[in-house]
Amino acid sequence: MSVEVASKPPLIPSRITMADVTADVLRPIDRPGKLWFLGMAISVTALAFGVWAVAVQQMKGVGVWGLRNPVMWAFDITNFVFWIGIGHAGTLISAILFLLRQRWRTSINRSAEAMTIFAVMTAGLFPLIHLGRTWYAYWLIPYPNERLLWVNFRSPLLWDVFAVSTYLTISLCFWYQGLIPDLATVRDRTVSKIKKFLFGIFSLGWTGSARDWNHYEKAYLLLAALSTPLVLSVHSIVSFDFAVSQLPGWHTTIFPPYFVAGAIFSGFAMVMTLLVILRRVFKLEEYIGLHHLGMMNKIILVTSWMVGYAYMTEAFAAWYSENPFERFTFWNRAFGPFAWAYWIMVICNFVIPQIFWFKSARQHILTMFIISIFVNIGMWFERFTIIVTSLHRDFLPASWDTYAPTIYEIGMTVGSFGFFMTFFLLFARFLPSLSLAEVKGVLVNPSGKKVHQTAEVAHG
Amino acid sequence: MAKPVANAAVGFFYDPEELLKAGSAARERGFKNLDAYMPYFVHGINEALGIKRSWVPWATLAAGVTGGSLGFLFQAWVSAVDWPLNVGGKPFISWPAFIPITFETTVLFAGLTTLGALFIACRLPVKNPKVLDLRLTDNCFALVIPISGTGSEEERFLNEVGAEDVRRV
Repeated sequence: MSVEVASKPPLIPSRITMADVTADVLRPIDRPGKLWFLGMAISVTALAFGVWAVAVQQMKGVGVWGLRNPVMWAFDITNFVFWIGIGHAGTLISAILFLLRQRWRTSINRSAEAMTIFAVMTAGLFPLIHLGRTWYAYWLIPYPNERLLWVNFRSPLLWDVFAVSTYLTISLCFWYQGLIPDLATVRDRTVSKIKKFLFGIFSLGWTGSARDWNHYEKAYLLLAALSTPLVLSVHSIVSFDFAVSQLPGWHTTIFPPYFVAGAIFSGFAMVMTLLVILRRVFKLEEYIGLHHLGMMNKIILVTSWMVGYAYMTEAFAAWYSENPFERFTFWNRAFGPFAWAYWIMVICNFVIPQIFWFKSARQHILTMFIISIFVNIGMWFERFTIIVTSLHRDFLPASWDTYAPTIYEIGMTVGSFGFFMTFFLLFARFLPSLSLAEVKGVLVNPSGKKVHQTAEVAHG
Repeated sequence: MAKPVANAAVGFFYDPEELLKAGSAARERGFKNLDAYMPYFVHGINEALGIKRSWVPWATLAAGVTGGSLGFLFQAWVSAVDWPLNVGGKPFISWPAFIPITFETTVLFAGLTTLGALFIACRLPVKNPKVLDLRLTDNCFALVIPISGTGSEEERFLNEVGAEDVRRV
């Protein structure tokens, strides 16, 4: 174990022992600090705005959004695709990096998985809201009914129902399994009777027997292996919603990989935004170090090139298709009435992240925080550009129109960020925000006994 | 699946490598049904204590095959038997269009079964878990040797291999 670590500087400072991990990570559970309450106040306010917007829409109907032919999809679907994408980084970090044995993931996987779950929950709201009559949402599920009807199994919209609900369920299983040993740690450590009772229930009586760990490790590996193709399937299926239509700008085979790459890109940016705040608010700088953040910035740079390549391919395919409608759609995206959205997307997603070629930028907290915000904005506009600019000018100039959001759509969007952040803050406050059991596994000196020996390793 | 064994000698260790050494030594000495308590999974413990491979993957495989088959057959039954709808003369069982949902049901069944199988394998949930020591989920390891006979041999062994503390439970 120590031989492998000795060749590189340790992931976590070598003076940190297992007891330090437990104490540092669980501190917010007992004392959250003022910043947490501030964050919560902002999030709940944003959420309230969203609840108002959706309540009006549910009472009066989808008409309040002001959507009309030809732009019948706008902020709602943009938000759906955006939030689903955010979720993907969590699964990538927790499952794919686990299969690839990337040990630096241990400090960030818990919060990334939590982010996945809350992002998918947020995303799932939008199709439900968009139904207009949300109380009929159960019609989406194939069940024997008095109308003797079945759902259309050949429609990507139904595939979405299965993909998103499976994704949420499996992510929840994976996250919960990872939490069980840590919940047991809280149970054994807390002095509060209420916490002891609640964490006792949710830790299910885990004791950490080696025979249980044997099954646990196998099950964790299997869930990681199941989540990996799942995450690729979810955004591919979301992209089919567009790709199987006949609309220029949507009808393209590049969509599945383009969407998946964009999802990982935006998700990593969101993880970065959250982690930079989390490590500061909860004083976890030693656990989520510059090495971890630097690795994530490298992935942001790689995926930035993937989406940049996709933008170039779109331009090339439009030209190469010899199809005047395809060519026009691309031209209209880049230089038409929504050119500003297109160029926000290109600049935020492809130009600005190039600064990560420099190591000093990859390891500079403020720089990475600002870039992650830019990427979040850019990726939101990518979804907006794909959806609205393709719709607003289709085949017949007589049916062209423009689009502007209403206060209800903006409220719903702001509210979705509030919804997501409220859940994330509650998670960070009440559950171990780092995986204790996994971080302890990468310590150089878990017992604190080998002080002199490891100090040499760390500096030599 | 030996759960906390009554009448066992327990040795406490603060370092995972000491636990592994003690575990291997105990196995070489011929102690049976060894168990350990650990705050995280220490690689090599299965080999040290002679713990068999987990059966959980078989449950996952069976559930995956079942979920995939059921998912596909259900779509085929709906499309070809219960409500056959002729769409431009295309086949009723248009299987490529059924693959996404087949895949999702495969993963759904397999994933839920994996978690369920884990609970069964570890006999969770336990109402009143027998926690040997509160530090075992924090920063301490324990090697558990079931006692056959008086127990003095087991205790002496644990002291020999350098346990910080030896108790009987």
